[in-house]
Amino acid sequence: MLDLLWLIPALPCAGFVVLVMVGSRLSRPIAASLGVISVGLSAAVALLVGVDFIWFWPENIYAQRLWTWIAVDRFTPAIGFSLDALSLVMILVVSVVGFLILLYSAGFMIRSEGYSRFFAYMNLFVGSMLTLVMADNLLLLYLGWEGVGLCSYLLIGFWYSDPANGRAAIKAFIVTRVGDASMAVGIFLIFVSLGTLQIQDAVQRAQITWAVGSGTAIAASALLLGGALGKSAQLPLQTWLPDAMAGPTPVSALIHAATMVTAGVYLIARTHVLFTLAPPVLTAIAVIGAITLLIAGVSALTQHDIKRVLAYSTISQVGYMFLALGVGAWSAAVFHFVTHACFKALLFLCAGVVIQGLDEEHNMFKMGGLRRLIPGTFWCFLVGAASLSALPIVTAGFYSKDLILMEAWSSQAGGGWLWLAGLAGAFLTSMYAFRMVFLTFFGEAKATFHKRADITMKIPLVILSALSIVTGLIETPRSLGNITFFSDFMESVLPELPARALNAAVEISVPLASVIGLYLAYLLFLRRRGWTERISGTPAGSLLHAYWFSGWGFDWLYDRLIVMPFVRAANWNKEDVIDLGYGAIAWVSTVSSMALALTQTGKIRWYAAAIALGALLFMGIVVLG
Amino acid sequence: MILALLILIPSVAGALAWFFGRMGNRWPRWISLIAFGIDLLLVLLLWANYPGEVDFTANRAWFVEVQAPWITSLGIGFHLAIDGISLLLVMLSCFLGIMATIASWTEIQERVGLFHFNLTWTVAGIIGVFLALDLFLFYFFWELMLVPMYFLIALWGHENRTYASVKFFLFTQAGGLLMLLGILAIYFIHGSQTGTYTFDYSELLGTRMNPNTALLLMLAFLAAFLVKLPALPFHTWLPDAHTEAPTGGSVILAGLLLKTGAYGILRFAVPLFPGAALQIAPWAMVAGVVGIVYGAVLAFAQTDLKRLVAYTSVSHMGFVLLGIFAWKELALLGVIIQILCHGVGTGALFMLVGSLQERVHTRDTQRMGGLWGIAPRMGGAMLFFALASLGLPGMGNFVGEFLILFGTYSVSALLTAVAAGGLIVSTIYALWMIQRVFYGPKKEGWKISDLSLREMAAMTAMILGILWLGLYPRPFIDTARHSLDQIQNVVESMRAP
Repeated sequence: MLDLLWLIPALPCAGFVVLVMVGSRLSRPIAASLGVISVGLSAAVALLVGVDFIWFWPENIYAQRLWTWIAVDRFTPAIGFSLDALSLVMILVVSVVGFLILLYSAGFMIRSEGYSRFFAYMNLFVGSMLTLVMADNLLLLYLGWEGVGLCSYLLIGFWYSDPANGRAAIKAFIVTRVGDASMAVGIFLIFVSLGTLQIQDAVQRAQITWAVGSGTAIAASALLLGGALGKSAQLPLQTWLPDAMAGPTPVSALIHAATMVTAGVYLIARTHVLFTLAPPVLTAIAVIGAITLLIAGVSALTQHDIKRVLAYSTISQVGYMFLALGVGAWSAAVFHFVTHACFKALLFLCAGVVIQGLDEEHNMFKMGGLRRLIPGTFWCFLVGAASLSALPIVTAGFYSKDLILMEAWSSQAGGGWLWLAGLAGAFLTSMYAFRMVFLTFFGEAKATFHKRADITMKIPLVILSALSIVTGLIETPRSLGNITFFSDFMESVLPELPARALNAAVEISVPLASVIGLYLAYLLFLRRRGWTERISGTPAGSLLHAYWFSGWGFDWLYDRLIVMPFVRAANWNKEDVIDLGYGAIAWVSTVSSMALALTQTGKIRWYAAAIALGALLFMGIVVLG
Repeated sequence: MILALLILIPSVAGALAWFFGRMGNRWPRWISLIAFGIDLLLVLLLWANYPGEVDFTANRAWFVEVQAPWITSLGIGFHLAIDGISLLLVMLSCFLGIMATIASWTEIQERVGLFHFNLTWTVAGIIGVFLALDLFLFYFFWELMLVPMYFLIALWGHENRTYASVKFFLFTQAGGLLMLLGILAIYFIHGSQTGTYTFDYSELLGTRMNPNTALLLMLAFLAAFLVKLPALPFHTWLPDAHTEAPTGGSVILAGLLLKTGAYGILRFAVPLFPGAALQIAPWAMVAGVVGIVYGAVLAFAQTDLKRLVAYTSVSHMGFVLLGIFAWKELALLGVIIQILCHGVGTGALFMLVGSLQERVHTRDTQRMGGLWGIAPRMGGAMLFFALASLGLPGMGNFVGEFLILFGTYSVSALLTAVAAGGLIVSTIYALWMIQRVFYGPKKEGWKISDLSLREMAAMTAMILGILWLGLYPRPFIDTARHSLDQIQNVVESMRAP
């Protein structure tokens, strides 16, 4: 069974090729089935391979080499895949969640133009993402990495006639490419210093040749981190993600929530050995994660657009994963990736139903009362919001977030401040999550609902709701059953989590924070709406609101510091100053030619005078010289 | 013999095309298409017989060689030879010759015979440049490719063609004359040392001279090559020439003519003056990196689509300059791949811009927009080559650029980092180009037809070429590798005191 591994990325890619070549001639149902089925088959193969790998494969890693991509001496990156616990988890999440979202899209996109183009891009995305997580060398990983970035660009700008969408798409690609350039240099450094691109070999050699805290180790991991920050929308490269919501909602669900934005988390987990050799970088990751999760959480609290709330929420939740990575709780980060993929995809898909039903209304303040109109979607959304808020016991998000905070508190690299930031984040999370619930589904109905979800949209919602509850049960704290299935499974790749100190106060704090957040949201956004208006009505309040609403002014700053100077300089030099130099040469010769032509007067006395003058001059030189 | 045929076939076809041009416009087109087709087949035949990994270099440096006396009294011989590098470049020449003919199929309607005469003769000259191993012969072909190119721009060009063609001619001619001085100087230096006056490349290799002379002569050679490449600050002829040339001319200009500069540095400038090359390498690499960034920024600012593509060439050729002077195996292989990919990719972009101009009669991006809805195939092709241009993995340019950067990193991490930053700027211009032309609202209500079958066929061939180079470049790498090793060995042995 394991030798079918290559089919997992190949199937979606094949779907892409067929759709690109003949897609425009296919009817909508056929185009959709092609896209959905190829990813579905890929998910099925992934499940089979997973079963085979977990129960029947004796080793921790399975490798498959298709062909050598480039071969020059030591430089031999292959098109080759490797399967281990970490990549298996990624594969399963990407293919299964990808399949569910594609199924949903078949119904969601039915009236949009470019239907087959949509499925082509989505298939290419799933194929690239699978390549990214399965690659056995850094160059192939980079191929997948750029591939997902490309698909993200293509799908954000999917509705191309609106220039704003195009701008958002370009912004996303360029900002992430800033990170990618840093990552590329990191890869050069790793190859030149370690002599290999194979991830396994590089990691092993690094342990031998690089000292802990050495300059090379720090430079290499910092450069890789740059790539991760771009892709995962962390400070200071987070600005592209809120704008990326211009894409169709299933795209936001799949690419900008469940899978692609966690590629950075995967990269760091995959090369965690390099990062453990660079403690300062690890600390930086934790701090960046903590700050990002807080500022994005605050921004989420001030948004009107339901998708932008979810976007900031994604930045914030990925911040949690970075926090976990930074304190060395590798498998906790991956665990949160799994639960987050389920509940965030669910939330986006529910939001899609709401937005489409209300004729593309994104503003939550114009919604309300949808609880009675679309009860099914309401319950699904509620499950998602509860999981996002980490409501205790019943939600998956609780178990993963709890684990991260526990590790942030107890691990050596962690500490009180990081834990406190995470806790404050948990409070903020549940507040903005239930603000969304209350504004959208409670209160009075303000608009009529047009289009109900059809069956292909409902099935994924139900399945994802179930997953948003049960995936938490693969890893539970010691006080709640002490299941360690997930971290045990991860142990073959990622180091064991440090022993968890039992601390009642710490353990009770997460549930408490999320419940308080929920209650505050209830108070402020349902029960006493006047309070919020009064707070934001004060000058300081409105100023802060505007500041947070704009995402802490990063866009404003980057526009002035980078974008505008660049555009201005480029336009100023449009005609190429260097050409002026050559223009000057041409001008000088023209002018001197005209000047000399002036002497050609045709008058004998002028010529005679000139000859006499010349002769005098010559004699003078001879005499004086 | 086969090498002489490679040059002869297009030149004879050119004469025929001119002659049969009187009988109708279809004749010259088919004649030049068939001639390039036969040439391509011949090269592929050579490639199929290429020993690859087998070490044919043990006895002789060349895979196929032709040597005949020409002007013996002056030591001038008719010496052609092909190795892995030349093989790939000649293959590219024939391929792009076909593409240029296809691109001119409907665009050129006047003096068609003469046009194809000039087209085939330019390509014949270029093939000659890639094959000649006698410095005098090399200079002969160098001039041969220049003159018909001048006519292509001056006679079939766009609005500002006179200015552009004269500028092109002056720049390249100035460089060429300096090179001629260099050639004569090394001829006399070698002659006075050994007593045999010869222009033969293999004889002249290893001529000893004092470092200052070597540096001076090397600069004379570089004057020709850097102008052609073009390297900063000698690039300003290029945007004008590209913009004003007819589509077929632009394809040849960007796809092939620029490559003769790179080839010249690789084959002549560095091996003939290894010490001097080492001396100026840091400066050349800096010029390369500056070119990468500068060209990309200028490309972003352009509103004339052809000018935009022209500046991307400046940027991409910066990578070539950087890679050659890094003088590492990976970087040199990257240079070869980059040359091939830039030839195909930029050629395709010029063809697409040409197709677009034929339909909307403007190159001004500010008047375009929203064309995806009416010409999705054109948009898809343009998107593909824009992505190739920004170095997306899976496409050949990525392999080329990354190999160059991998090789350069061990020489200078700083320059590599700046060049990698150039990749960001190339993203900006490539995506903005697509945005301004194909996305956004429709501006002027264009009603245009999508790519025709003929154009689609050409695009498909070029897309497949780029993907081949991107996903399985090994055949090309294996072909070039031995010959590069050979050149590197020669240079290393002479650098050793």
